[in-house]
Amino acid sequence: MKLCDRVFGSPVGAKMLMALTGLMLTGFVLAHLSGNLLLYAGQEKFNAYAHGLQSLGLLLWLARGGLLTAFVLHLYLAIKLTIENKAARPVPYAHEATIQASLASRHMVHTGLLMFAFIVYHLAHFTFRVTSPEIEALTPGDAYAVVVLGFSNPVVSGFYILAMAALATHLRHGVSSAFQSFGLYHGNLNVVTDKLGPIVAGIVFVGFSSIPVSVLLGCIK
Amino acid sequence: MDVTLHVWRQKNAKAKGAMEVIEGKDISEHSSFLEMLDTVNETLLSKGQEPIAFDHDCREGICGACSLVINGEPHGPEYGTTTCQLHMRSFKNGQHIFIEPWRAKAFPVIRDLVVDREAFDRIQQAGGFVSVNVGSPQDANCLPIAKQDADKAFDAAVCIGCGACVAACKNASPMLFVAAKVSQLALLPQGQPERESRVLAMVDQMKKEGFGNCSNQYECEAACPKEISVEHIARMNREYLRASFLEEAPKAGHGGD
Amino acid sequence: MILDSKVPSGDLADKWEDHKFHMKLINPANRRKHDIIVIGSGLAGASAAATLGGLGYNVSCFCFQDSPRRAHSIAAQGGINAAKNYQGDGDSVHRLFYDTIKGGDFRAREANVHRLAEVSRNIIDQCVAQGVPFARDYGGLLDNRSFGGAQVSRTFYARGQTGQQLLLGAYSALNREISRGTVKMYSRKEMLEIVLVDGKARGVIIRDLVTGEITTHSGDAVIMATGGYGNVFYLSTNAKGCNVTASWRAHKKGAGFANPCYTQIHPTCIPVSGDYQSKLTLMSESLRNDGRVWVPSKKGDTRSAFEIPEAERDYYLERKYPSYGNLAPRDIASRSAKEACDAGLGVGPGGLGVYLDFADAIKRVGEDGIKKKYGNLFHMYQKITAENPYKAPMRIYPAVHYTMGGLWVDYNLMSNIPGLFVLGEANFSDHGANRLGASALMQGLADGYFVVPFTLANYIASEKLNKVKTTDAPFTEAANAVKERTQKFLSIKGGRSVDSFHKELGQVMWDKCGMARDKAGLEAAIVKIPKLREEFWQNVKVLGENENLNQSLERAGRVADFLEFGELMCQDALHREESCGGHFRSEHQTEDGEAKRNDEQFCYVGVWEHKGDGKKAELNKEPLEFTDVKLATRSYK
Repeated sequence: MKLCDRVFGSPVGAKMLMALTGLMLTGFVLAHLSGNLLLYAGQEKFNAYAHGLQSLGLLLWLARGGLLTAFVLHLYLAIKLTIENKAARPVPYAHEATIQASLASRHMVHTGLLMFAFIVYHLAHFTFRVTSPEIEALTPGDAYAVVVLGFSNPVVSGFYILAMAALATHLRHGVSSAFQSFGLYHGNLNVVTDKLGPIVAGIVFVGFSSIPVSVLLGCIK
Repeated sequence: MDVTLHVWRQKNAKAKGAMEVIEGKDISEHSSFLEMLDTVNETLLSKGQEPIAFDHDCREGICGACSLVINGEPHGPEYGTTTCQLHMRSFKNGQHIFIEPWRAKAFPVIRDLVVDREAFDRIQQAGGFVSVNVGSPQDANCLPIAKQDADKAFDAAVCIGCGACVAACKNASPMLFVAAKVSQLALLPQGQPERESRVLAMVDQMKKEGFGNCSNQYECEAACPKEISVEHIARMNREYLRASFLEEAPKAGHGGD
Repeated sequence: MILDSKVPSGDLADKWEDHKFHMKLINPANRRKHDIIVIGSGLAGASAAATLGGLGYNVSCFCFQDSPRRAHSIAAQGGINAAKNYQGDGDSVHRLFYDTIKGGDFRAREANVHRLAEVSRNIIDQCVAQGVPFARDYGGLLDNRSFGGAQVSRTFYARGQTGQQLLLGAYSALNREISRGTVKMYSRKEMLEIVLVDGKARGVIIRDLVTGEITTHSGDAVIMATGGYGNVFYLSTNAKGCNVTASWRAHKKGAGFANPCYTQIHPTCIPVSGDYQSKLTLMSESLRNDGRVWVPSKKGDTRSAFEIPEAERDYYLERKYPSYGNLAPRDIASRSAKEACDAGLGVGPGGLGVYLDFADAIKRVGEDGIKKKYGNLFHMYQKITAENPYKAPMRIYPAVHYTMGGLWVDYNLMSNIPGLFVLGEANFSDHGANRLGASALMQGLADGYFVVPFTLANYIASEKLNKVKTTDAPFTEAANAVKERTQKFLSIKGGRSVDSFHKELGQVMWDKCGMARDKAGLEAAIVKIPKLREEFWQNVKVLGENENLNQSLERAGRVADFLEFGELMCQDALHREESCGGHFRSEHQTEDGEAKRNDEQFCYVGVWEHKGDGKKAELNKEPLEFTDVKLATRSYK
């Protein structure tokens, strides 16, 4: 009970949990990306991969459960901490200034909210396939076709790239920051951790955005 | 030089405050920022207006009394400098200067630019000490401490408790202040017996005071007039994690035989 | 006025140990029944409050700052002396004792100084146990450096901010007691009156600086650790809030004021730059370990420091005092700087400055080596002057820094008012006519940690203390007097600011009662100050009200007291027809300009007794007897 209190109730515990769930979600994002990149290997291989995932059965549900828990916790803590933070400064400065904090770090809430909106759409689009009659009409199991059809629409692709930019911005601060929250901020280590955020952000943005771009350019058909 | 000041004026804790425009005329660029305010106050007084209240004492950058958010930056634009050591040569003739108090729920305004920082004292009282009685401790040199540890502890110990970290933080979090003390004592052998209870109690008190949470933006480090590193916050986080697992709830005392 | 020093009999070296054994104790279970009031939270106040709280007394501690951690002890830079002999260079308790007596120009009480030297060692042990991060060498042991007036390295330090670290140590001890409930801390509260019942100190009147509320507090004893009165000069190295009010209020209630004319002018401060200046900044004496003081040897030399060749520089301290060189004691170094500037050799604007040059040291240990030792001081100098001291020599000039005089106390640190104990800079006892560097921190902590806890217990155990209530007449009368006085300031509605009076007083004090004093000047000041005081009470302008934070009102009270005190200081300086330590009377000097003491007539503590407003204070004398040291002419040549 005491431990639970310390993790959820204290400012330090909460930020560690925030970091932990954030890193779990980052792990998912990276795994997701590596799966997506199979699109470049062709329709067959990609659908086989998608099918393979589906046939994991219990394991898949466990993973989904874990992911959902991490997601809900991350969201819950974000809301809770933001409310507390706003309450901690009831009167704002008339002249606001920032000395050095990065844009990414100052807009975690905004990029996070954008991500949330995107996830809702993304699930409706690819998992539940309810966004348009054309998608609903596709052969069940042909994930490849869903992707190609979806990204052929420049508006969908545009929104997707924008969301990836938000995700990358979020990770740029979030990943490096997680190490600080765990207390892993130290002379030599920082050389790595400080760069990890931007690196992960770069990979995620370029990796994910390359797919709609490729579809629109006709490299993936 | 002449400057135009935009100053927060508030009669007392209950009154409503507002920004007020006050002209500062014929200010020497060699005067300190607080001396500029002294000069402005003399002018206000001669016009029958009440002088601007602001906290200050040593005026040499060590007591931590002076505060002021100047153009959005605690202690003004110079790095590693307290307001009392800031000089008017850092400003331009004719510049508009916004002067506001530290803004945090845990630092209520007392008057104008003066805020109540007793929350900091209460955090220290929660555990920022080594429980040692005055009497006959062992000879000081019986406790050798590696120079690098002593130096690192010192880097944290230089905190002047001014509250700039809170003022700078977008979330009004005092993590750097709390971490400085936790880190100093965690690094020294004298701090070991109370290592776990200290960090838990101080963090707990920090929350009770109504401060915000740290989101690792490091504005505190940039604003700190003593240039204390956020590395100490990381150390506090480690200490907290460690203590969360190690520390048991205190047992009730017994009276002995 | 009865001035019984109560110095115990016996050998000097055994007095304190014997005395400790013979003093009465109070049973631990009974201590919590005794209320103790501590005014001030600097090194002396915080250490006393923490120690007494730790022993189990019920302590109330008051400070005017917003937190006890801000007391001006925090600004002490250089270090703290202790006779540890860790460097094996021949230090001992007796040597520290002798250096301090000699440094004070043989005007301090022998027994007190010896006790100070004895407990100096415990202080270091205590502070290290609290986690104070003193400087250490690579073996992990404590490091030392040298300070003025000593030929051994006995100064413990924490970079250039030793006072801060020691005060934070005492503050942490205080915090522990606050959390245990034995000390109740009152910040932003100013003591404005002391309450005497049956001639004993039994309480104080406190004004809440935020709400203006006047409250009364009673106790079995009152400890005042309220610092020095250097701000009587307006410009000094003291914090803006430092004041004489607590001491002066006690003085007016009967406490003797001892040696008020003994003030220390510190040789190494940043020179005044203009009339807007609100305070002067000290550059630690430790800089004289590596810096060399010089002026051009020719008058009117306007070349920059670089252009003046070695042969045309006068390293006057090294020339005049070859054995101590740049580490001559403060009074001597200050006076030499003044002499050089008076002779037209000064450098910088107005010719009020001398060089403190690190070129040789930088050549020897490199810029990094200097940075490691004095980085924060160099940084501070650069911030204030916008000049880079690594490239060009610093310009320094003496400034008022410390006051050796203070309320008279006996060996037990109790004033002539029973139950009123006075600690630290506020008392007069240990530094004679000049304080050596790194001795103020030592005295503050010695008084608070190691002396008063014993002597206070002895007082309480020996006296029959009747119960008092804060509704008793002496309390209500004192509270009413404070209220009236506060209202008076607000009702004058004159035309001049409090600061303008303070500045004018400061100028008079500096001109007539500063580094050098003479009869004519002091007499002029004694005429001038009452006039200024009269004008103050008719023409001061304090706006606002009592019920809100009102900084002009706070200052008005303090300046009103300085205006009375300044006169007493000049009187004391006028009566002391000799030169000793920080008190230099131009009429009394040797042919080569050194201070000329007059032991036959002035080997005493001059203690002033208040005789009523508008009446001349009366001088009482406590003769100084030296059994273990021989009175000698102080020489640092």
